[in-house]
Amino acid sequence: MVNLFEEIFTYEFMIRALIVGSLVALCAALLGVSLVLKKYSMIGDGLSHVAFGALSIALALNVAPLYIAIPVVIIAAFILLHISQNSKIKSDAAIGLISTVSIAIGVITISLSKGINTDINSYMFGNILAMNQSDIILSVILSLFVLVIFILFYNKMFAITFDEDFAKATGIKANRFKIVLSILTAITIVIGMRMMGTMLISSLIIFPSLTAMRVCKTFKSVVITSGIISVICLFFGVILSYVYSVPTGACIVVTNAIMLVLFSITKKTIKI
Amino acid sequence: MKILECENVCINYDDVRAVDNVSFTVEDGDFVCILGENGSGKSTLVKGILGLEKIQKGTIKYLNGIKPNELGYLPQTTIVQKNFPASIYEVVLSGCLNSKKIIPFYSKKDKQKALEMMKKFEIDNIKNKSYQELSGGQQQRVLLARALCASRKLLILDEPISGLDPVITKKMYQKIKDINKQGMTIIMVSHDINYAIKNASKIIHIKNKLLFEGTPKEYEKSEIGKLFLGGCHHG
Repeated sequence: MVNLFEEIFTYEFMIRALIVGSLVALCAALLGVSLVLKKYSMIGDGLSHVAFGALSIALALNVAPLYIAIPVVIIAAFILLHISQNSKIKSDAAIGLISTVSIAIGVITISLSKGINTDINSYMFGNILAMNQSDIILSVILSLFVLVIFILFYNKMFAITFDEDFAKATGIKANRFKIVLSILTAITIVIGMRMMGTMLISSLIIFPSLTAMRVCKTFKSVVITSGIISVICLFFGVILSYVYSVPTGACIVVTNAIMLVLFSITKKTIKI
Repeated sequence: MKILECENVCINYDDVRAVDNVSFTVEDGDFVCILGENGSGKSTLVKGILGLEKIQKGTIKYLNGIKPNELGYLPQTTIVQKNFPASIYEVVLSGCLNSKKIIPFYSKKDKQKALEMMKKFEIDNIKNKSYQELSGGQQQRVLLARALCASRKLLILDEPISGLDPVITKKMYQKIKDINKQGMTIIMVSHDINYAIKNASKIIHIKNKLLFEGTPKEYEKSEIGKLFLGGCHHG
């Protein structure tokens, strides 16, 4: 076991994956609590598809992917949020439309551009080698930004998630909070998706908070527990993927799923 | 001293005019009961006052220095989804949030206020319990404590006793009356006409349009009051 860790830490790409991965896992888990409780978690899923389209365009234009993907995904987040508030269009249908159109644009762009030697597979399901040195610095800065803003907005996050009408009636700007939440989610998804893949990134948002809610009963304990669970799952997922040479994103999803099952069983046994 | 003035207010609910040309005023220290049948626009009117529904016509003005972040609100039904993780303390404390300006965290004073309110409603001994595990009466007490944390001058209650059993209803009514006696202005939407007549300082009866505005005594003598009271006694 010790040898395994020594071996892993000799590879720079593994260290990178663990650093960026745990930061993204932490951000996603913290935001996930509000997103899941507010029933916005599908917006996260939709945004990851938008990010796929944006990334493929960035690569075709030969621009650093994060510089294009982040603004595009933030704009998409605004649109989705606006639609979900507008009752005339159903938001699940809107997410479906935007997701598929983005994937379609991404696939067409990739097949048209020559000289891109990354295959669709690594976009869809993630690639641990996808990040270079400059990406990693930007990713770390952005995730720290997300964490700081989250902490500053924590109390509002709770109040609005728990009872939006009360918050609005007593003079809290709920819409401004939603904008902040969607920007933070957009950033987290873009940073995380190259490692986790388009198809799997939303699991980082959904799983940890659901797992924590099996056992914890207060908002604060759910937020803290889901953050810890998420980082632990990421760590084991990355190691698992190294040992068995299987895709990292998929391993992280599986460890999260195992954790959810374990917590559900614990809850039942505690009740008895 | 007037603190709230509604003038010719019209509000739509799902494209139907729910509140039609309603005008009334609220004085400092008033206990206003808004009466009316189901679907008469009571809740919509209250939501308009709180800024949750768009006002189509007319004006709603807070006077003499009342700001929206100085009032408390008890919603008619707070549909909190099942298994929402929140302790009583977290919910009550969130009422203090509207008095914070730029500072994002609660001060010692806020926490003390929350504790004080929980004591007032006898929920301080279960403050770490999950909100979801509480009975209807306990939940209502938690929400009233939260509303009082948010409020300095005006408390707006939308059917605070709906779904509570008679014993708890009585206790809840007593608390509301006490709060009013301590100087808090209260606007309460209610079905309970007998309670309103005994305790309110002003009665407003609406059926989309304003049917009556005045004291309980005047209400008892009025046509609409007699009709409504009669209906209640027989029903």
